[in-house]
Amino acid sequence: MTRGRGFFPIIRSWSIAAVAALAVLAGPAAVPALAKDYSHIVIATEGAYPPYNMHAPDGKLIGFEIDLGNNLCARMHITCTWIAQDWDSMIPALNAGKFDAIMDGMSVTPQRLKVIDFSIPYTQSPTTFLVLKSSPLAKMPDTGKRVSLDDDAAMKAAIAAITPALKGKTVGVQVATIQYNLLHTYLRNVVTIRTYKTTEEHDLDLASDRIDAAIASTSYFVSTLNKPGGNQFVEVGPLFTGGLLGKGTGVGIRKSDPELVAMFNQAIEAAKKDGTIRALSLKWFKTDISPPN
Amino acid sequence: MRELDFLGATMLQLLGGVPLTVGLTAGSVAVGAVLALLLALLRANSRPGAALVSAYVFVFRGTPLLLQIFFIYYGAGQFAFVRASVLWPFLREPWCCALLALALNDAAYASEILRGGFAAVPKGAVEAGRAVGMTRLLLLRRVVLPLAIRQALPAYGNELIAMVKSTSLASLVTLMEVTGIAYAIISETYRAIEVFLCAGAIYLVLNFALTRAVAVLEAKLGPAGT
Repeated sequence: MTRGRGFFPIIRSWSIAAVAALAVLAGPAAVPALAKDYSHIVIATEGAYPPYNMHAPDGKLIGFEIDLGNNLCARMHITCTWIAQDWDSMIPALNAGKFDAIMDGMSVTPQRLKVIDFSIPYTQSPTTFLVLKSSPLAKMPDTGKRVSLDDDAAMKAAIAAITPALKGKTVGVQVATIQYNLLHTYLRNVVTIRTYKTTEEHDLDLASDRIDAAIASTSYFVSTLNKPGGNQFVEVGPLFTGGLLGKGTGVGIRKSDPELVAMFNQAIEAAKKDGTIRALSLKWFKTDISPPN
Repeated sequence: MRELDFLGATMLQLLGGVPLTVGLTAGSVAVGAVLALLLALLRANSRPGAALVSAYVFVFRGTPLLLQIFFIYYGAGQFAFVRASVLWPFLREPWCCALLALALNDAAYASEILRGGFAAVPKGAVEAGRAVGMTRLLLLRRVVLPLAIRQALPAYGNELIAMVKSTSLASLVTLMEVTGIAYAIISETYRAIEVFLCAGAIYLVLNFALTRAVAVLEAKLGPAGT
């Protein structure tokens, strides 16, 4: 049957099950020591987070990160293969050795840094709300105002300003994102949070009026607004940066591969200096979200 | 010890999803059973009905439940006329959409199981009923259905278990049942194996209780002395 989702391959005997259970209790499984040869690496992306990464109609992966990643690989003189991978199992799969790097609009956060390492950021874009133009929320205060989560007073004022408008509303957000953390930390007593597997799904539900607002990074909403039907939406509310939103998006790499982190850092630094990141950002996002030098 | 604490805390969080998992299963199985009975009767009693039912079963058994949930939830909401219709307050809710998809899917499988049960009713029993002058409805109620249901019960037990596991797809439409909560915990802790072990244990316990209940029912409905 193809209906349910099985959790495990069949465990053949109790002794194997017991060993597996013990291994789990003993803590995170050790990554087998691989020979450190970085001449060929595999990069994972989601293929569903435009314009960072997406599938072209012919099934090929395209997007800002594909262009940038290939550029970085050329700078490092290595060959790179791309694979598409689900967002919510991205980090466990990296640590399980299924691939060597993640480029999927993944923000560098303290929580993720406990589990994996990151290169220096290659983009930085603020977080904001998206609503229907016809919604009462379209008049949310503080629209377009930059608010840093590191500035406690400014953050408190911003939350106080938008709370009356958002009270009792339903806000959609992709599961396991910094935007979810923002909602959960600052607005969980104000709004009902609905979590989605992909950002495109909360856009669909926003269009069909199942939710009152969606929250994501402005770089993502660029693609929503440019799609057919995008003109029914409008970005509202403060532009949040900093704090738990992290320092921008970086390449996710296993903690056991510091050499690969160094290689990426050098390549990203060079791509920042010669304007490559800026050019690619303008090409895909129509706006510059390259990180400050 | 920290590992055990983590497993304990995970278990507690996951248990919060059990009412939704059980509710979705119970609701969809109840609606599905009524639909299945209607479908099986339609199939047995009229030729065009049989064609219609087999087409329905073909579609719902032949496509993944994941896609069915997706179409009903995201697909229907795409059309303005659906959003303007009287059905929208119902289709707007993720819970209703998931329940509908699960029930429609369950009905397809369960109607096939019932068909097998009907086929296994001995002709002699039906003829005996007719011979003593039972009406069609009475014959159905007193002879055919009890025998058919008894025959279909073991296979239907399988279907019930499959339904419990199928509810794990409801997280696709934002419902935080056991699997949905498991995914959320994993995305915070990145510890997939431990969390899925806990979730798996919960499904195992639920299905254990269910298989026992079906076994008790089988024993009760069986002919005396077996």
